[in-house]
Amino acid sequence: MRITCPNCGTRDRREFYYQGDAIAVHRPDVDAGLDAWDDYLHNRDNPAGETQDLWFHEAGCGAWVVVTRSTVTHHVQDAVLAEKVKR
Amino acid sequence: MGYSGFRVIKEGLFGQKGWKPVWRDPEPKAEYDAIIIGGGGHGLSTAFYLAKEHGMTNIAVLEKGYIGGGNVGRNTTIVRANYFLPGNSEFYSYSLKMWEGMERDLNYNVMHSQRGLINLFHSDGQRDAFARRGNAMINQGDDAILLDRDGVREHLPYLDFDNVRFPIYGGLYHPRGGTARHDAVAWGYARGADQRGVDIIQNCEVTGIDIEGGVVKGVQTTRGAIKAKKVGMVVAGRSGQVAEMAGMRLPIESHVLQAFVTEGLKPIIDHVVSFGMGHFYISQSDKGGLVFGGDIDFYASYAARGNLPMKEHVMDAAMTLMPVIGKAKVLRSWGGIMDMTPDGSPIIDKTPTEGLFIDCGWCYGGFKAVPGSGFSFAHLMATGNHHEPAAKFRLDRFRSGVGLMDEEGTGSQHNLH
Amino acid sequence: MRLQAPENTVTFTFDGRKLRGVPGEPVAAALMANDIKLVARSFKYHRPRGVMSAGSEEQNALVTVGSGPQAEPNVRATTLEVSEGLEVFSQNAWPSLRYDVMAVNDLVSPFLAAGFYYKTFMWPRSFWEKLYEPVIRRAAGLGALSGETNPDKYEKAFAFCDVLVIGAGPAGLMAALTAGRAGADVIIADEDTQMGGRLLREQEQIDGQAATTWVADVLAELDEMPNVRRMTRTTVTGAYDQGTYGAIERVAGTRDADMPLECFWRIVTKHAILCAGALERPIAFPNNDRPGIMMASAVRAYVNRWGVAPGQRVAVFGNNDDAHRTARDLVAAGIRVAAVIDSRADAKVSGDFPIYTGAEVIATKGRHALQSLTIRHNGGVRTILADCLAISGGWNPTVHLTCHMNGRPKWDEEIASFVPTAGSIPAMETAGACNGTFSTAGCLAEAASVAASIASDLGFEAEVKVPKADDTAYAVTPLWAVPGKGRMWIDFQNDVHVKDIKLAAQENFRSVEHMKRYTTQGMAPDQGKSSNVVALAVLADATGRGIPETGTTTFRPPYVPVSIAAMGAGSQGKGFAPERFTTSHRATVARDAPMIEAGLWYRPSYFPQKGETHWQQSCDREVGYVRGAIGVCDVSTLGKIDIQGPDAAALLDFVYTNTFSTLKLGRVRYGLMLREDGHVLDDGTTARFGEQHFVMTTTTAAAGLVMRHLEFVLQVLRPDFDAKVISVTEQWAQFAVAGPRARDLLNTVLDQELDDTAWPFMSCGPVDVAGVQGRLFRISFSGEHAYEIAVPSRYGESLFRMLTAQAEVMGGGPYGMEALNVLRIEKGFITHAEIHGRTTAFDIGMGRMVSLKKDCVGQSAAARPGLIGDHRQQLVGLRAKGALSAGAHLFEKDADAVRVNSQGYTTSVCYSPTLDTHLALGFLENGRARHGDVIKLRDHLRDITQEVEVCDPVFFDPTGGRARG
Repeated sequence: MRITCPNCGTRDRREFYYQGDAIAVHRPDVDAGLDAWDDYLHNRDNPAGETQDLWFHEAGCGAWVVVTRSTVTHHVQDAVLAEKVKR
Repeated sequence: MGYSGFRVIKEGLFGQKGWKPVWRDPEPKAEYDAIIIGGGGHGLSTAFYLAKEHGMTNIAVLEKGYIGGGNVGRNTTIVRANYFLPGNSEFYSYSLKMWEGMERDLNYNVMHSQRGLINLFHSDGQRDAFARRGNAMINQGDDAILLDRDGVREHLPYLDFDNVRFPIYGGLYHPRGGTARHDAVAWGYARGADQRGVDIIQNCEVTGIDIEGGVVKGVQTTRGAIKAKKVGMVVAGRSGQVAEMAGMRLPIESHVLQAFVTEGLKPIIDHVVSFGMGHFYISQSDKGGLVFGGDIDFYASYAARGNLPMKEHVMDAAMTLMPVIGKAKVLRSWGGIMDMTPDGSPIIDKTPTEGLFIDCGWCYGGFKAVPGSGFSFAHLMATGNHHEPAAKFRLDRFRSGVGLMDEEGTGSQHNLH
Repeated sequence: MRLQAPENTVTFTFDGRKLRGVPGEPVAAALMANDIKLVARSFKYHRPRGVMSAGSEEQNALVTVGSGPQAEPNVRATTLEVSEGLEVFSQNAWPSLRYDVMAVNDLVSPFLAAGFYYKTFMWPRSFWEKLYEPVIRRAAGLGALSGETNPDKYEKAFAFCDVLVIGAGPAGLMAALTAGRAGADVIIADEDTQMGGRLLREQEQIDGQAATTWVADVLAELDEMPNVRRMTRTTVTGAYDQGTYGAIERVAGTRDADMPLECFWRIVTKHAILCAGALERPIAFPNNDRPGIMMASAVRAYVNRWGVAPGQRVAVFGNNDDAHRTARDLVAAGIRVAAVIDSRADAKVSGDFPIYTGAEVIATKGRHALQSLTIRHNGGVRTILADCLAISGGWNPTVHLTCHMNGRPKWDEEIASFVPTAGSIPAMETAGACNGTFSTAGCLAEAASVAASIASDLGFEAEVKVPKADDTAYAVTPLWAVPGKGRMWIDFQNDVHVKDIKLAAQENFRSVEHMKRYTTQGMAPDQGKSSNVVALAVLADATGRGIPETGTTTFRPPYVPVSIAAMGAGSQGKGFAPERFTTSHRATVARDAPMIEAGLWYRPSYFPQKGETHWQQSCDREVGYVRGAIGVCDVSTLGKIDIQGPDAAALLDFVYTNTFSTLKLGRVRYGLMLREDGHVLDDGTTARFGEQHFVMTTTTAAAGLVMRHLEFVLQVLRPDFDAKVISVTEQWAQFAVAGPRARDLLNTVLDQELDDTAWPFMSCGPVDVAGVQGRLFRISFSGEHAYEIAVPSRYGESLFRMLTAQAEVMGGGPYGMEALNVLRIEKGFITHAEIHGRTTAFDIGMGRMVSLKKDCVGQSAAARPGLIGDHRQQLVGLRAKGALSAGAHLFEKDADAVRVNSQGYTTSVCYSPTLDTHLALGFLENGRARHGDVIKLRDHLRDITQEVEVCDPVFFDPTGGRARG
């Protein structure tokens, strides 16, 4: 499996640390309430199909990357730097 | 039709002509008292106990493919009760006791083999953590023995004690831990449920859940609509999709876990052995294949197949711990879809919809839970009350933080695996 | 028997018997040359078996190679190369291959039908582990591992290319040639020792010359191309995501001390062309498993390629035209053809041998070797004497790799086989026989065209130039199982016959997956390569369905079995994980300190001195150094993270529960870090060296985790922060200097004297250490007056030697992890034994450190009702007269030690020489309100029961005067 790093190009999956759903980008306010935090921390769409998730190019440039990917075929469609994602 | 050695000999003499189908293939009825979505180990055992313990025989198990084709048919077959957190501790203890009576209950040989499980530890800190676990097991009434290095050597002389990167300090020995023949568990429960009148309907995919006024009314399937007063969702890795039909979003991510089996070999590994530093566990099947696995691949996936980095990592762990198996050849590897919860512990609960129940979140440890989960879920579906040993497997524990069961201590949120 | 006397032979042994063989030829050929037919026993019934194929798909001829630690079980005699001194042993037979006691299973086989074991062995329960299972286990299995540590060398490697060609038969060679000529970077891999595939065994012409000549020419041309790499003895085993393929190379072929035995390759390619060919399938007829019955194509391979005769009277039984090549080649080689039996009534066969069309083999004879066969022909029955029967049920394209990513092959009625579904593997094309194109001309044309199209996609100009070759059509009329009675083997290796599959259907294991699992068909070492389609056809027939609706099972990697040692190459022994050494390692080891693993690091447990016989003595002495004089400890393994930028302070406020923006220059503060789920992630101190410059210290265990966390915060949660972080753990060597004489010791190495007003507790700043710029932190993990002094790593060893030498002069010395642990427990300082991932700031008594004036990671989740309150188990100290243990549980004094009564547990224990008592840290329900209570500690595992007094976790110097003074 290979993941595209926007800085480095395609690299072996073993250079990356996987974090999970890119929902992590959209952190609620500190006082958003239990439901908002429950949705942020726990509840997931968990799609069988296209998903966006966060990968850290830990053994590479150190970029956090939002990868658009299929959970069924593992096809990687797109990868952008997390810091550039609209919030 | 009972199974016995006598029957086997009799049928052998008469050309095996008397063996009947192990379960029927009935057409779905228009209505049932209860429907179980998912013909895996947990779904089939739920149906069995609904019929056996609660007299509910007008029920159906709906399976989109063939029964036992999911995780119950593709795991490393380990059966154990070595959990330590309240909630898990009593449940797995209860489940192991059910294993010990399963063959009698089912009149089916699932080859439950209590050959003993040894969890190795590799530092003082790990030893203390395992001591806490072992003491919790004994508190619960189960068995645990703390082995020192020599104790491990006595049981597992073939390990690399001299050169291994992380020296073996000792192990936590769980004599009642062991393995079982995974497919047989599904088939045995299917047979038992079928004999009690349960309709097991294969190739019947649920495409919708009918809910009116907050009450479940039945399901839509590829073989037509089926009405039911109660519906239980027991679909493991597919829980997200099925729950979505009921408007639910679950605290679950589906991940791939790989497992491996080698060519048949004469007996060499007599226990279940688990490596504390490399997430590697192994046993030898009765057919002689080494059956082993490691960690999940670490990316959300429904592909039911994995990639090389984790495969190699598992082999790496094998080679550092027991280079004696280096010349064993991996015959087959496969992947299952794991329903991972934030804290790594399962969910057996009601849902906000009346009559709709859910049993999911078994992560990569659902096989050993098959009898306990089915029994507890059947209890909940039949009586509306939580079965005591599974009472802590609540859906809302993440929201409230009450009763989190994070056995690994890695976090009670998905992205901190 | 050999057809010609070989030029060069070597000696090898089979079950101890010395035999001659030609170096490099398969052991199967050499055994045949020595007229040895019985080579193995089957798995379940221990039936006598011979060689069946000439490739890696071999079902019968599995042998053990070598002896002692190097013994390797389950090696296919059909791919194993003969070399001088090679030791080959049969397996799964006792006392000998010829007289195998377990063959009794064959006699009682009516009672051992598919799945019989699910129906019996249930009574009495305890007999399963004691009797039934041990007997079954001993009987099962094929070869045996040596039981000793694997002594051989293995490697792993990566390779990258534009085009990976899998298989080097006519299609593969043509594909590699076309892509290579175009200029693409090509790897062509084949599992055989030589490239050429089936052309090596067939009598054919390409471009008007012998096919083998064409092969030689192509190989010569490929070898001239710098952009083409040829890999022989290399089986591509799996197709993975994004063009990654696994492959196993048998590097040396024969055992060579200097060469690795195997190399596992990870090949990354832009495109792949699968040219894996096809495998011949058997036909099920009664007793079709006797030694001497083999695949027709294998007979041709042994005759044409290896020059050995598999028999003296060979019969051929087939259902397709291809089978007739065998008779033709046998005649050409001067071997007598006993008969050609073709199940097709309309088959066109001619030749100088008896021909039976519309006929079927219905019985065979010969216990250890085939002697005769009986055929049904024209309504009559006829017996034919033969010592070899070549069978061909047609060809199965080798579609396996196309299924590795969930692709399903589709049924092709014309050739009665499954063919690949296009697009099953992204960027993989298929060509030749694996695609159902069987004629040599067709293979060449298809491969050239596929390769040219890929080359032009890659931007190369490619030319399609195809040589002339045989284009005879292949015609087959399926015959899966001969109608009639008797046991007809389908999966030879696992002893699954037609009746087993029918029984599965009868018992409603009608799904092909159920049938496979119930009968074990396709689960033997060959993974059903030869048996799957036949089994499927028999199941389809038994259940009244067509083959396409019956479906297929899934082919999973690896294509051929791969040794654990190859895929785990490099990890044996210490190679599993990197080893990290501190700068003081050499000096420490020189003092005979036992080193223990701390994550990837090695740290000293204690520093023994003469006369000390137990670690406790050394530990107590070292604790005494620190409490009474001076101790030195290398703390470089703790994570050090340099944080700079205008928002450095804001970052710290966000990741720590407490506030750091208010920290003054030159000061250090303790900080607590939460995970977003509200539990403690890590703790440590952070020092402020400038307005926009901080140095953070993490625990050893969490150094990497925290670094990743900070990057996560900066890039994902708060990209608005302008700050950068970098790990400097490796760059600084850092030593704790602790004890009443800490200042005195430092003054011996510092260029300026330490001044207590300039260096109060929790201060930091630059210092000159013997002319080297270093850093000094006045912090304490022992509760004593203490510092940590840091210098660039290259000076670490010198500084350690200086500090320890001076310390010894002052009545102290170095201390190790044991003493460090005692010192911190005496002070109630926590480590990851306490912050084990399930504890909150509230639990460890630091709830008030979570500032509510600002947002920080974990603050919201930590406020959930379940994470605060009296029901939580809280950090306490425990004191007792007798020894305590970590991992013990805590109970009310008179309560039974059972789960429902467990109120907590211990995490860290020690004997405190300072207080002369046994101490523990632990967690206890509502523990902070229970100081002074006496409760019970129970450790079932170590059989320890102790009454313990609950107290504050700070056992020693609770006011902290010693650290400040």
